[in-house]
Amino acid sequence: MLLCDEVQLLRKLPYFAEVDTCKLKLLAFASERVTFKAGQRLFTQGDSGDSAYFILSGTVDFLVTTPDGPVKVSERGANSIVGDISLLCDGPRSSTVQAAGVVEALKINKDYLFRIMDDCPGMTMKMTRALAERLRLTSSELDKVRALQKA
Amino acid sequence: MQKTLLRYIWEHTKPQQVFILLIVALSMIPYFLAFDLPKQIINGPIQGQGFEDLSATQTFMDFSFTIPLLGYTFGFDGFPLDRMQTLVALSLVFLLLVVINGAFKYYINTYKGRLGERLLRRIRFELVDRVLRFPPRHAKSLNGAEIASMIKDEVEPFGGFTGDAFVQPALLGGQALAALFFIILQNFWLGMVAAFMVAIQVIIIPKMRRRLIELGRQRQITARRLAGKVNEVVEGLGTIHAYDTSNFERADVASRLGEIYRIRYDLYQWKFLVKFLNNFLSQVTPFLFYLIGGYLTLRGTLDVGQLVAVINAYKDLPGPLKELIDWDQARQDVQVKYEQIFENFEVEDLINPALHALTPAAAQPRSETLQAVSVSISDDSGAKVVDHVTLKIDRGETVAMVDHAGRGAEAMAEAFGRMAWPSSGRICLGDNDIRELPESVTGRHISYVSTDSYFFHGSLKDNLLYGLKHAPVKKYEYEGLKARQRLWEIREARKAGNPHLDIRAGWVDYSYAALGNGAKEDLRKSLLAALDAVQLTDDVLELALHSIINPEEDPDFAARVVEMRRALRTRMNELGMDSLVIPFEPDGYNAQATVAENLLFGATLAPLTPDNELLSSEHFYTALNKVGLQRPFAEIGRTVARNLVEIFGGLPADHPFFRQVTSLSAEDISYYQSLLQRKNEPKPVNFRLSEADKAFIRLTLEYIEPRYRLGILTDELKDKIVGSRELFYTELPAHLRELVERYDPDKYVSVATLRENIVFGKLSNSNADGVAELRTLAGTVSRELGFADQLLNAGLDYDIGAGGRRLTPIQRRKLNLARALIRRSDYYVFNKPLPGLERHTQEEIVQNVLAFLGQQENDPAVIWVLSNISLSRLFDKVVMFDGGAILEEGSYETLEQESGTFKALVA
Repeated sequence: MLLCDEVQLLRKLPYFAEVDTCKLKLLAFASERVTFKAGQRLFTQGDSGDSAYFILSGTVDFLVTTPDGPVKVSERGANSIVGDISLLCDGPRSSTVQAAGVVEALKINKDYLFRIMDDCPGMTMKMTRALAERLRLTSSELDKVRALQKA
Repeated sequence: MQKTLLRYIWEHTKPQQVFILLIVALSMIPYFLAFDLPKQIINGPIQGQGFEDLSATQTFMDFSFTIPLLGYTFGFDGFPLDRMQTLVALSLVFLLLVVINGAFKYYINTYKGRLGERLLRRIRFELVDRVLRFPPRHAKSLNGAEIASMIKDEVEPFGGFTGDAFVQPALLGGQALAALFFIILQNFWLGMVAAFMVAIQVIIIPKMRRRLIELGRQRQITARRLAGKVNEVVEGLGTIHAYDTSNFERADVASRLGEIYRIRYDLYQWKFLVKFLNNFLSQVTPFLFYLIGGYLTLRGTLDVGQLVAVINAYKDLPGPLKELIDWDQARQDVQVKYEQIFENFEVEDLINPALHALTPAAAQPRSETLQAVSVSISDDSGAKVVDHVTLKIDRGETVAMVDHAGRGAEAMAEAFGRMAWPSSGRICLGDNDIRELPESVTGRHISYVSTDSYFFHGSLKDNLLYGLKHAPVKKYEYEGLKARQRLWEIREARKAGNPHLDIRAGWVDYSYAALGNGAKEDLRKSLLAALDAVQLTDDVLELALHSIINPEEDPDFAARVVEMRRALRTRMNELGMDSLVIPFEPDGYNAQATVAENLLFGATLAPLTPDNELLSSEHFYTALNKVGLQRPFAEIGRTVARNLVEIFGGLPADHPFFRQVTSLSAEDISYYQSLLQRKNEPKPVNFRLSEADKAFIRLTLEYIEPRYRLGILTDELKDKIVGSRELFYTELPAHLRELVERYDPDKYVSVATLRENIVFGKLSNSNADGVAELRTLAGTVSRELGFADQLLNAGLDYDIGAGGRRLTPIQRRKLNLARALIRRSDYYVFNKPLPGLERHTQEEIVQNVLAFLGQQENDPAVIWVLSNISLSRLFDKVVMFDGGAILEEGSYETLEQESGTFKALVA
């Protein structure tokens, strides 16, 4: 996959929809392309994170550690971004992400992303909006779970 | 040391001084004979005195001598020679005297020089010896550079002075007195005038020199301080830059230099004033002769002949006098220096030399207990940090010392390690005060490790084994010429009062190795185990992998590296992990390597920057043209440039992405931008490549497809690059070929690191955990192959730099601990040896060390001052200090149950 294809894919993310092409190209160029084999971990729950992964191909599983061992909670496919939360706040990873098959991804470094966001004020707004959307979804899901538990 | 330098010199060179004085006196005989001879030659054979007759002869070499008292006369009648023969004979005698005088001069100068050098050697050694015997408190206030400058530079003039110390005044004084005596003989009163003037010179000039001496002293001190300051600047470079105080330091140095200049200028003014006065006084005397003598002659009380004789006799006086005064100045000069040095090295409480006596034989194992009896310790400010502490440590015991408040535990450990001397009370090993025991006992039975460590310039191994070098244990065998050279060394060392211990002998005493019983293998075992215990083994391996070795120095090792390379590749193939590393293959394109690497198929010593010799050479581009790659490379470079300009063009020049994300700088990008905007570049004459094309080609050379992902490197082109390798290399002129070391799967690459040689390829990005997997795999293979040991050896040869500065602080701490573990001692005192280490690493190392020492047969005791109090559970006994006194003492469990303070501290 070439640099320009990566840029096309990145653009499909709501985060980057309105970012300049050359800025996106810069982000893609600054990011490292990595390949994971099935079962390899992109990151582990509890680790401190310094990068997010943009999945170019393949599927990843989200695992959460429970007293009975890791439990798969969801999965994510191509053209999605994982680990983005710990990019924005310095906390530990909330779950383990593991490759389900061969996964090709773009490793986006936190510092590099911040540098690029500094240069595009619009992007920060976009990202905030996307995150708020995520928060809304999460809290509504949480509410549903709570309601189920009570019932 | 003697109070004055003259006394010091006399003390150590008495017989030699007397001898050289005699030789000088002896040399006077041919010297004065040579003076008299020209007159004889001119008067005799040339002017013909005694040869008035043509056939007249004179006897040559006739003499007779009557021994007084005995009345025995012996003599020689001489040869009768005619005028011509006499001329030849006398001239030959003259020549002979010239040779004899020259020989005397040569011998005397050499002898004096040797005398001086021996004395210099003696005094330098004595000073260093004193430094080694300074008491610990004094050692803290020393500045190494100042001491070095004293020992190296300030004593230097002593050597030159030694030879003249007694000979010169004796000789010149004699000459001056003789001249004065001669004048008095001619005319008593004129002689008195001369004597009076001499007295004025001898009294006044030295008085005036007082100030010179004072200035000399100041000059010496300021110069020494400057040396200390320069040393500080060098040592503190990091701090200076960190706080932006470089201009403060500049001001400091400049003001010191100004001060030195002022003193020196003052010195010159005085020196030449004194010189002027001295000259004036010696010129005034003839003036008085002319005036007074002339007056007397005119009055008729003095005849002209006498006056002329006096004036003639006087010309022999100022010379020796002047030199005598110069000698006196030199004497005062070195005396000032000597006093300065004397003050600095004459320290109270010097360690008794007997405590440092060389003790080669392994001392008997002692089973005595180490105890502190009512010990008080004061720190430098005089405050009491330990107050009447009595503590007993038995063999085999492990004791944790912790501080609740104050620093009693640390100070106590320092006292056990002899770093601090108790102000009252004593520390005993068995029944003896450790300050009275020789260091050969305390320094071997007690190993002390603290936070501040010092490493000596040398390899890691030298430093690890440092604690085993107590005395030469294995004689170095000298043969033939070297044996004679060695005998000479011993003789000379003795003459200069130096010890003649052989530095080339084997100093490492295997019998003191922690494990085993004295075999060489045991030492290695101890060394490896100690490295493991402090978790330094991986670091050492890493150092080895990072190093560049010269395969010609150790061809076997280089061959082993290649063997390891092959074994690793085979294993990767077997396990189906061959995609982990893309190897350098003579007929394959390595996708992870740059275009340049693929084309050259070799490593270059210097990175391929634009000013690299290879890239700045026209031949390189010509060769590229020959293989038909010049055009395509320029085209690709243009595309790469277009992309890079698009990506980075809009960024401000100080953006961190420059240099970080791309190897180019902002100026490079704008340079390429301007190249791209140029249209229809005029072709340079004689078909040379334009600068723009060269710049584009350089971009191509750095291109790596998976990194840039521009999709411009076609398979066709890759094949062409691989196919052109040989031709391109042969097209390069010889001097450029030398810059490239070509890859050969069966050969060691001397310009690459060990790691690059083992991996011999590029890590592929097809596996995100590739590095870790490769490391594990390589570790396994190297252990199976026995290569890990050799690799470790290579790591142990790593040069750690001055003071170990090429290691990280953590590595230094670990090395410091390992250095103590390697040697077998009865007591190990660890005074917070691992600051700055992570908590869990600290815990692991403490555990490892205790286990390591526990397996030692001599059942050592361990005293450990802990900063992390919770670790005290690993020890048999815990001693808690509070305000310099022992607050609690007992096992961890007891203290935890009974002591509220301890419980609070651990929690």
